[in-house]
Amino acid sequence: MNQEKDYLQDLTDIRSMMERSTRFISLSGLSGVFVGIVALTGAGIAHWKVKQFFYEVDTSYVDQSYSSDYNNLFINLTIIALSVLIIALLGGWYFTARKAKKQGQKIWTKASRQLLTNLFIPLVAGGVFCIAMYYHRLVGLIAPGMLIFYGLALVNSSKYTLNDIRYLGLLEITLGLIALFFYGYGLYFWVIGFGVLHILYGISMYYKYDRKK
Amino acid sequence: MKSFITQLNKAFESRIRLGIMSMLMVNDTVDFLTLKEMLDASDGNIASHISALEKAGYLAVEKKFIGKKTNTSYSVTPEGRRAFNEHLNALEQLLKR
Repeated sequence: MNQEKDYLQDLTDIRSMMERSTRFISLSGLSGVFVGIVALTGAGIAHWKVKQFFYEVDTSYVDQSYSSDYNNLFINLTIIALSVLIIALLGGWYFTARKAKKQGQKIWTKASRQLLTNLFIPLVAGGVFCIAMYYHRLVGLIAPGMLIFYGLALVNSSKYTLNDIRYLGLLEITLGLIALFFYGYGLYFWVIGFGVLHILYGISMYYKYDRKK
Repeated sequence: MKSFITQLNKAFESRIRLGIMSMLMVNDTVDFLTLKEMLDASDGNIASHISALEKAGYLAVEKKFIGKKTNTSYSVTPEGRRAFNEHLNALEQLLKR
């Protein structure tokens, strides 16, 4: 019977070795929660800026697309978006690195490199796509575009990390597609996709993977 | 029951060898340093297991130069893939019994 236990142990070892060498499993749920909170804060500031703009600037008599105030607003919004992206990435990286350290695993492995490469290909494409939409004044399609490309990026990179990310990606894509049909409500969908979903997913992953050990 | 045990491949009897083969099965190539880190074993220990697997024809070695440093990476041969799958099947059968 002892031998049987050995075989079982062998199979467990094989499985864990296969998984650990291809998947980056140290992704922390706290990273998700942090990213979500940063996204909500960013969306709050953006919402306030937009409101302030319509309050201060009389938009009734100029073609608003070409007024300099309008351009200023968009420069502000772009700065907010980039800050959110950078703070979210740094914070997300911090919590995940902390978890990897706790588990005695390296953060810079073949699996994590592949994870990042596969994440950033659709993400960069999406970024350029959104810039082009802004350029063509299709501002209302930017938020859905971000959600869809972010979702595709998650699905694409999910083979190199925890499987939950795949479902998060599918949810983001769905949300983005729905948002396409509700022109003008982009920010609300953005808040659900980048804020609420990240926090919910982060909490559920935290309880599923982080708390147990 | 005995027939299953004879199907177990002697070449895969150590933990280290199982580990090496598992990693090679799911990655195109794996370099020495990665093997060492993942298996948490000494250079000599891993090298001896690698050469045993290479002798059996289950593993291919590729030496490349990155600058002046050698970078040795390993991949599984078709024969190694077949043998490892058979070994896994035998393990599974043994446990199903």
